[in-house]
Amino acid sequence: MTDHAIMLRSALTETPTVQRWLIAVALLFLAFFLFLPLFAVFSEAFRNGVGAWWEAIIEPDALAAIRLTLLVAAISVPLNMVFGIAAAWAIAKFEFRGKAFLITLIDLPFSVSPVISGLVYVLLFGSGSLLGPWLKSYGIEILFAVPGIVLATIFVTFPFVARELIPVMQDQGTSDEEAALSLGASGWQTFRHVTLPNIRWGLLYGVLLCNARAMGEFGAVSVVSGHIRGLTDTMPLHIEILYNEYNFAAAFAVASLLVGLALVTLVLKTAIELRFAD
Amino acid sequence: MTAAVSSSRWRFREPGVIPGFGLTFGFAVCYLSLVILIPLSGLVWRSSTLGWQDFWSLASDPRTLSALKVSFGSALLAALINSVFGLVVAWVLVRYRFPGRRIVDAVVDLPFALPTAVAGIALATLYAPNGIIGAQLAGLGFKVAFTPAGIVVALVFVGLPFIVRTVQPVLADVDREVEEAAATLGASRLKIVVRVLLPGLLPAILTGFAMALARGIGEYGSVIFIAGNIPYFSEIAPLLIVIRLEEFNYAAATAVGVVMLSISFLMLLLINLIQSWSRRRYGS
Repeated sequence: MTDHAIMLRSALTETPTVQRWLIAVALLFLAFFLFLPLFAVFSEAFRNGVGAWWEAIIEPDALAAIRLTLLVAAISVPLNMVFGIAAAWAIAKFEFRGKAFLITLIDLPFSVSPVISGLVYVLLFGSGSLLGPWLKSYGIEILFAVPGIVLATIFVTFPFVARELIPVMQDQGTSDEEAALSLGASGWQTFRHVTLPNIRWGLLYGVLLCNARAMGEFGAVSVVSGHIRGLTDTMPLHIEILYNEYNFAAAFAVASLLVGLALVTLVLKTAIELRFAD
Repeated sequence: MTAAVSSSRWRFREPGVIPGFGLTFGFAVCYLSLVILIPLSGLVWRSSTLGWQDFWSLASDPRTLSALKVSFGSALLAALINSVFGLVVAWVLVRYRFPGRRIVDAVVDLPFALPTAVAGIALATLYAPNGIIGAQLAGLGFKVAFTPAGIVVALVFVGLPFIVRTVQPVLADVDREVEEAAATLGASRLKIVVRVLLPGLLPAILTGFAMALARGIGEYGSVIFIAGNIPYFSEIAPLLIVIRLEEFNYAAATAVGVVMLSISFLMLLLINLIQSWSRRRYGS
């Protein structure tokens, strides 16, 4: 190899020593901030053995929290999924005025603090509001009850499905749908048999992220829940209570379930990406 | 298709053959208004009933100002730390091949998927004076948990994927020919990275920075366990809202909320400005 070629190659990539250093810095950084916290959750959760971990999970308040978390996700995720599909259809398949503004509004909950997401519902349905006392006179409780928790969760997880679907649908354009329509398919048939198969992986990923956030939301739910043990405590709120009672092993046991959920989400996400990469 | 229409009549929507615009657009806008816009405008309306004088005295209360300063300052520092290390992580993931790269790549998204409260108790346990990392740092004379440094640690965790995930695709798309051209012209590796590659990555880094900053200012769950929450020292603005609500002091909670909401809108505007600037400068 000539001197010139060696010089060129050294200018095109870093020397092996620099590469090793950069990899070491990146891995060390991720170890301190990502891998060690993961490890800490499991080591604390199983500190007193599998038996103690199981006891903490099947404790009645913990079970009630798990049930409530599943219920809240089961209501809020499908609603946001239907909205996400409708919004993505309108935005990706049509040209209309104010589209960019609509997209910005959909993204809004991402940039609002979770505590504010809870605060707005406290102001809307709280004792000082117009709606709260009126609904209460009909026996409907929103705040410090399950409906308030569902509303706050919907607010926080609102953009996830739409955010994933809009770019996917925009990439696909409208020619497939136009072909189906020109062959006599109805609008619904076109969506069901042409659009849906095209977007299913993007949709699945959006729903996964939406679900992970719905089950894990803390700030917004904390503000509207009222923290009634066994009644309005979701899993994250139950973890907080246990932690503040210095019952660390139980707190981390319940937390390990949510870590499991997060890991499953990441594995499925990676699997979807690998499928796309083929 | 949505070809340009010669008619000069103003139209809301370009004509097309695809059905369902009225249904999907109508549903999306109704749902958006009911769930997001009406509740948010309720907050703004509630603050307007306070009157300017009251609002100002609540918003400029020393404890409020100090909480806002803690939130903004620690979010800024965390976003800066993430810009540097996030860039290194993105670089290493895109450019180098090493064992376990795929796993590392997948785990970068962990802060998006992990509930903030879980992250909070895990980080607090690690960085507390008797924790694995905290004990080492305490030996060196650093106290992280229950100080503003702990807040920064939590916000670094929360903000990391924003930088990595905005920089990564841009870096992967960089045309290697540009680097080759610079190399044949005799530029050193360092010079190519600093003068050729980094300017192209700048819009992505700035976007990620602004997103991490916005998220950090509003973050609650991962911070409160590690912060110690000492007023005027390590108390963040979202926690102050929660405290005011627990005191049933809705006026004060509203005032802090409106200030934070304005900051969020400014950040959103900033992100949009960065993106339109980069589109103008570098083409989509």
